[in-house]
Amino acid sequence: MRFKRSLQTLAGVLAAASVGLSVPPAHAADHANEQLYPLFSYRTGPYAPAGIPQWGGIRDYFNYINSHGGIDGVKVLVQECETAYTLERAFECYERYKHGYQGAQVAALFDTSSGFDAAISDEARADKLPVVSVAGGREDAVDGAVFPYQFPVLFDYWTESSIVINYIAKQLGGLDKLKGQKIATVYHDSGYGRDTIEPLAILAKKYGFIDIEIPVADPGEQQQAQWQQIKQQGVNWVFLRAWGVMTPVAIKTAARVGFPSDHIIGDIWSGSEEDVKPAGSAAIGYKAVTVFPSGSNFAISQTLKKEIIDPGKSDLRDTSKFGSVYYNAGLVAAIIYSEAIHTGHEKFGNRPLTPAEGQWALEHLDITPERVAALGATGLLSPLKLSPEDHEGEPSAKIQQWDGHHWVVLTGWLNGDRALFHDAIFAKAAAYAKQKNLPPRTPVTN
Amino acid sequence: MLFLINIIVAGLLSGLMYALVAIGFVLIYKASGVFNFAQGAMVLLSALTFVTLNEHGLPFWLCFIITVGVLIVAAVLIEFLVLRPLVNRSPDTLFMATLGLSFVIEGLAQLVLGTDVHQLDLGIPDVPLKLYGLQVSDFDLFTAVVSILLVAVLALLFGKTRVGISLRAVADNTLAAQSIGIRLPYIWRIVWSVAGVVALIAGLLWGNRQGVQFSLSLVVLKAMPVLIIGGFSSIPGAIVGGLIVGATENLADIYIGPLVHGAVSDWFAYILATAFLLIRPNGLFGEKPIQRV
Repeated sequence: MRFKRSLQTLAGVLAAASVGLSVPPAHAADHANEQLYPLFSYRTGPYAPAGIPQWGGIRDYFNYINSHGGIDGVKVLVQECETAYTLERAFECYERYKHGYQGAQVAALFDTSSGFDAAISDEARADKLPVVSVAGGREDAVDGAVFPYQFPVLFDYWTESSIVINYIAKQLGGLDKLKGQKIATVYHDSGYGRDTIEPLAILAKKYGFIDIEIPVADPGEQQQAQWQQIKQQGVNWVFLRAWGVMTPVAIKTAARVGFPSDHIIGDIWSGSEEDVKPAGSAAIGYKAVTVFPSGSNFAISQTLKKEIIDPGKSDLRDTSKFGSVYYNAGLVAAIIYSEAIHTGHEKFGNRPLTPAEGQWALEHLDITPERVAALGATGLLSPLKLSPEDHEGEPSAKIQQWDGHHWVVLTGWLNGDRALFHDAIFAKAAAYAKQKNLPPRTPVTN
Repeated sequence: MLFLINIIVAGLLSGLMYALVAIGFVLIYKASGVFNFAQGAMVLLSALTFVTLNEHGLPFWLCFIITVGVLIVAAVLIEFLVLRPLVNRSPDTLFMATLGLSFVIEGLAQLVLGTDVHQLDLGIPDVPLKLYGLQVSDFDLFTAVVSILLVAVLALLFGKTRVGISLRAVADNTLAAQSIGIRLPYIWRIVWSVAGVVALIAGLLWGNRQGVQFSLSLVVLKAMPVLIIGGFSSIPGAIVGGLIVGATENLADIYIGPLVHGAVSDWFAYILATAFLLIRPNGLFGEKPIQRV
C-alpha cells in the first residue's frame, strides 16, 4: 500500500514536472531591460568556503539595489554559473554568457579566479568583452594601451609586496633598518604565488634586505620542510602568499617550529576568517594585508543588515558570515560594478550597457572619497579612479591582525611604492604586445 | 646535521599521516581486490560528521560513536547500491564505480554538512618538545602511537580472527570463498565499515592539523604513491611506503626544489613510485600474483 502511494506521489511529481517543461521557454528578450552580471561561482570544491560568502556579498548588494529600482532604474540580473574553481568549467560559463542572456546584455565580466583571468585574456580581446578582476589578475594588464579589455582594478600583488616591506620597515623603525633583515616569502607554487618574486627582488636590491623565496606545492597540506628551513636560516619576517588550506597549515606549522605568528604577514587571499579559524590559537597575532576589511559597522553594511539580512532575504545560508572578509570582498566587487554601470549611464543614458559601453564606463570610473562616503563605504572601499591608460587605479590596503576571534585593523589605507615598479610593469606589457604583435591602441579622447 | 635529521624526522612523521589514509585503501583491496578511490571522500565525510556533531556540543566519545554508526550505515548502503549490482564484474568496473562514489560522497557531505572550514582541536599540543634539538611535538608522537596501534589491531583482525580469515579468502578467490559458505555481502559490509573507521581516525588527525575542509579528500593523492611503493595488499607496506614518501619528498623539497626553482613535493613522490613500478611492480610488501597459464 505504502509502495503504491509512493508510486502515485512519484507519478504526481513527474506530471507536475512535465507540465512545467511544457511551458514555453522564456522569450529571448525577456530580460532586455536588465543588465546581466554573470557570476562564475564556486560553491563546491576545495575553495567553496572562500567563494560562498563572496557570492553572498555580491547577491545581497544587487538584491538591495534592485529593491530600490536598480542602478539608475536598470535592474541587475545575476546569472550564476558553477565552476568549482576549475578553468574548463569557467570557460564553459564564459561561452554561455559572453553574448548575454535572454536579452540582458553583459557590459563587463567580473571574474572570480586569477588563473581564469590570465587564461581568458586572448578570448576577451577577440570578443571585445571587458574582464574585471578585483584585487587580482595579471600585473601588466594595468597598461590599458596593451590590454584594453582587462581591468585588474583596486590592487595588485606587486604593490602588496611594497606595502608589506614598508610595514615591516615601520615596525623596525625605518626603511634603513631593513638592511640585513631576512625576509622570506612562503608562496603557493602557482602563477599567483610566483607573482611577487620579481617585485621583492627589486625591493631587496633597493633596501638591502635578504630576500628568501620558498615555494609550497599545491594544495599545501604539508609544510614542515619549508618552515624548518625558515627556522634554520634565522628568518626575521615571513610574507605568506597562500590560498585555501595552505594558510592554516602554514600558521600551525610556524607554531610547531616556534616561529612567532606576529612576524608573519599574509597576502590578501590569506587573511580571511576561513584562513585563521582552523589554525586555532596558533593564529593569534597573525597579520594580513586586506583590501576588504572585515566588519559590519560600515554604513552600507548596516543598511544591508536592515533591508536584506534581518528580513531573511540574504543569499547567505549562514548569516554569521555577514561582515566577514570574503562577504565584504563580494560587497566591494558589487559596489565597483554598480558604480561602473552608473558611470556609463551618465554618458549613454539609463539603459543596459553594451560591452563597448562597459569598457568606456570602466575607463572613466572615478569613485572619489566623497562618492565612497555617499555609498556608505568609507573604510570599506578605497577611492578608485581608472583611465584608458591605467586600468588599476591607485592601489592601497590595510594591515589587520587576528585576535583569536576577530580581525583588528591596525592601519589606515597604505599605499605602496608603485612608481618603483612602473617601468618594469609597463616593460612587461610592451614585451607582451611585441610577442603577440598587437597594434598600438587608438587613444581614447572622450 | 641537526637540520637534516629534523627534515628527515618531520618527513617520516608526515609519512605516517599519509600511511593512515593508505591503510584504508589496503583494507578494501585486500578483501575485494578493488582500488577504492572513494577513500579520500570517506576521510572527508567522517571528519565533517564528527566535527559537526562536536560543534553542536556533543562530547568527543559520543561524536566518535555516532560517526562510526554513520560510516557503518554508509558501508551497508555502498554494498547494497554499488557493489552488489557489480558483483563478478572486472576490477576496472569496480574502480570506476568507486570513482563515481567519491563524487557522490563529497557532494552529499557538502550538501548536508555544508562547505565551511571547521577547526578541530583534539586537545593534543602541537608545539615542539625540543628533544635533543629535534622538532617533534606531542601530536607527532600521538600520531606515531596511533599508527602503530592501528597496524597491530588490523594485523590481529586479519590474521587471528574468523572474519579476518574470511576477508583474506574472499580476496584470494571470491568464487571459492562463496562456495564454502562465506557470504560476500557480509564481508564487504565489514571491510567497508572497518575502512570507514580507519578513515575517521585519519580524518581526525589530518583535521586537527589543517582544519576540516574539502581538501581533506585530496589527501587521497598522497596515498597513491605510498600504496605503489608499499604494495596494495600490505598494511605494514602502507606504513613503510608512507615513511619513504614522507622523508623523500621533504628532502626533495629542500635539496632539489631550489635547483628547479619550485616546489617538487607534489610530483616527486610519483617519480619515486614510477621507479618502484619499474623495479618492483608489486611494491615492497605486495603479494606477487600467481596465475595459471
